[in-house]
Amino acid sequence: MPRFLSAQPDARLITLPWDTPLADWPAEMLVALPRGISRHVVRFVRVGSEVYALKEVLEHLALHEYRLLRDLVRIDIPSVEANGVVLSRFDPDGEPLDPVLITKHLQFSLPYRSLFSRGVRQDTVNRLVDAMVVLLARLHLSGFLWGDVSLSNTLFRRDAGSFAAYLVDAETGELHESLSDGQREHDLSIARTNLFGEFCDLEAGGLLDQSLEPLILVETIENRYRELWGELTGVEEFDGSEMHRIESRVRRLNALGFDVAELDITTDFAGSTIRIQPKVVDAGHHSRRLLRLTGLDTEENQARRLLNDLDYYRARTDQQNADEAVVAHQWLTQLFEPVVSSVPPGMRAKLEPAEFYHEVLEHRWYSSERAGREIDVHDAAQSYISTVLHQLPDEALAVSTEDTLAGLANPFDPSMGFADADDGQPYDPWEDGDEAPAAGAEPAEDFLDIAALRARTDKPTLRS
Amino acid sequence: MATVNFKDATRVYPGADHPSVDKLNLDIGDGEFMVLVGPSGCGKSTSLRMLAGLEEVNAGSIHIGDRDVTDLPPKDRDIAMVFQNYALYPHMTVGDNMGFALKMAGVPKTERQQRVQDAAKLLGLEDFLNRKPKALSGGQRQRVAMGRAIVRSPQVFLMDEPLSNLDAKLRVSTRTQIAALQTRLGVTTVYVTHDQIEAMTMGDRVAVLKDGLLQQVDTPLNLYDNPRNLFVAGFIGSPAMNLIEGEVSEDGIHIGDYVVPVPRETLGKASEEKRLMLGIRPETFELGEGTDGIGIDVGVVEELGADAFLYGTVTGLSDEEKLTAQQITARISSRTPPRRGATVRLKIDPEQVHVFSQADGRRLTETTGR
Repeated sequence: MPRFLSAQPDARLITLPWDTPLADWPAEMLVALPRGISRHVVRFVRVGSEVYALKEVLEHLALHEYRLLRDLVRIDIPSVEANGVVLSRFDPDGEPLDPVLITKHLQFSLPYRSLFSRGVRQDTVNRLVDAMVVLLARLHLSGFLWGDVSLSNTLFRRDAGSFAAYLVDAETGELHESLSDGQREHDLSIARTNLFGEFCDLEAGGLLDQSLEPLILVETIENRYRELWGELTGVEEFDGSEMHRIESRVRRLNALGFDVAELDITTDFAGSTIRIQPKVVDAGHHSRRLLRLTGLDTEENQARRLLNDLDYYRARTDQQNADEAVVAHQWLTQLFEPVVSSVPPGMRAKLEPAEFYHEVLEHRWYSSERAGREIDVHDAAQSYISTVLHQLPDEALAVSTEDTLAGLANPFDPSMGFADADDGQPYDPWEDGDEAPAAGAEPAEDFLDIAALRARTDKPTLRS
Repeated sequence: MATVNFKDATRVYPGADHPSVDKLNLDIGDGEFMVLVGPSGCGKSTSLRMLAGLEEVNAGSIHIGDRDVTDLPPKDRDIAMVFQNYALYPHMTVGDNMGFALKMAGVPKTERQQRVQDAAKLLGLEDFLNRKPKALSGGQRQRVAMGRAIVRSPQVFLMDEPLSNLDAKLRVSTRTQIAALQTRLGVTTVYVTHDQIEAMTMGDRVAVLKDGLLQQVDTPLNLYDNPRNLFVAGFIGSPAMNLIEGEVSEDGIHIGDYVVPVPRETLGKASEEKRLMLGIRPETFELGEGTDGIGIDVGVVEELGADAFLYGTVTGLSDEEKLTAQQITARISSRTPPRRGATVRLKIDPEQVHVFSQADGRRLTETTGR
């Protein structure tokens, strides 16, 4: 019987066919979700109303990733949630099978393959790139060396017109106290190579919008990362008469969505030169504030949008002097909750509640402008539902459409590419012939064959 | 191609009370395959990362060829890391999968094609160049990943546990292939592993590390035949060397009722120690007659073809004592190996006995010229 390691066990997982290699699981259990490419066998399964991602991988890697993903959630990094690891799997003949890492499918997430495809707008691309860059900078600020930065290992969620990026794969990750410049450069150089490869792959598959150029995309990502990192951690020096620059640095960081927990300020002996450097910055400036005031857990830009609406509500109801938390509660019960619950049950999988509210605010703005008067938000919600929302696809579970599946060799595994007429195995001298460079018999796994080593070393062809 | 030199290279993590790598001095020859091996936390990966530029060097220096690279960023060091993690892109051909990074680096198309062609030839993948990677076997995928590093023609290859995500069978065949490929290419290679068998079967030389300190750097056979201290003796070899403690007498060391002969000059190197450690490789035992050899009560016998492994304890112990006593392992070639529960004598060739100080673990026996 397989062994389950899990902090939050889901009993429905126990009855899955663990004695079958993941690649052979029956199609009726699987969901074909668009996703990136992977080295391991990865499948999505539906269990009741929940969808899980399963990855078949060696034991030490499965346990490492399980623990690391849980650590990332603890330190508030946007990442998928690990549910457990299934160990001690055997097939019906008693042959061992690799363990499976189970993660929860991230609702309302969109993999890059469905985002960069045909018809994408340049400004959507910029926003995706920015989301990726913010994720990488947040990881680096937390001392996380990713080791395999790639689009395949990232998921995107809508965030009030922008995107928020989530880490999906932590197999190669390492959590350190802090990262050296060399470690960050290493991650960046991996990012460059992987992203370039992924964009070229989309291009080769005819899946990349023609206006996009892989090399420019990669350079943009690198440049934007450096800009953001400089703003987050860079030293700024100025004259003692320009003290306002301390305040403006903090404001700039807030505007980027970061809080400054520690700012190092030094002056020279005469006090004429000031040197400042942020020492501890935390992402989620707006989302933390919104959570504290309303209990709503949203993405950063959604939070910014909702907080603006809250401020507007406060001004409109003339409560500038009232306690902020009391006003926030009124806003929540009189505006946010009624608007969000006005979505008919059949359309709730189309957008997340906070994203829906953001869209309603956008819709109201345009409608009000057209009408030349302020439209009530509840009316705007009704109008948005009937004119826009009903046409949108469901994104809670972005199941592959026929369009995205077209031509795939295996609908459950995009790593296999398109089905094409690549039949017949070419000649491989290392596997078919005698040119294989294997030196003598292959040694057994856990035994040091010292006699073979002595014999080999005596041969004149090898360097001593 | 280039040499690599670590000169007193030291890495101390902030807040740590001792260095992760402590004054490492290691000279790696041009074209040499050097393996860094040791248990978790020994400093092997940190050493490799210092060479790659991922870890700061707090003291000392690192040179590649005649360049001091200590403060150079990773991309200016002319090294290629070979990763355990590689993605094969399904819509690109095998050739493009190998050469795309050259395209990013702005290498002209004809040169790119030539380098990919050369690498493919070396890797036995010529007929695959225009194929998509989906039908490749696990081993072929590994080779494409190697090809990506090869086409960059770096001065040094760095490999950090590249086989750790492969299953056992593929790991064994890939390690042979990497070693053979490295011999063909002749590019200086630094390879990190925790697996001493991998180290011993792949490296031209092997550097054994523990607690940030280099214990010994030598050819695999010299490490095996002449371990410099107790740690190396116990770490290298599978099954491991028997390390048995005994009381020193005038002409040897007492193990049970037998005195293992040890030259006086060897004993004299640690004249203040009353007890010393004997190291005996399992395969150097032979079955003895009468009172010749260490007396062993055989606990378990494992027959493996012409050989048998005996596991037992020194004779004269009570059943309770046997439970906690040190196991002695012997590999003997005998058509009729002793049964479980038997008492046998294990004879030793005095030339094959290693003697170590108990106090500091250093080797006391003369180095053999084997």
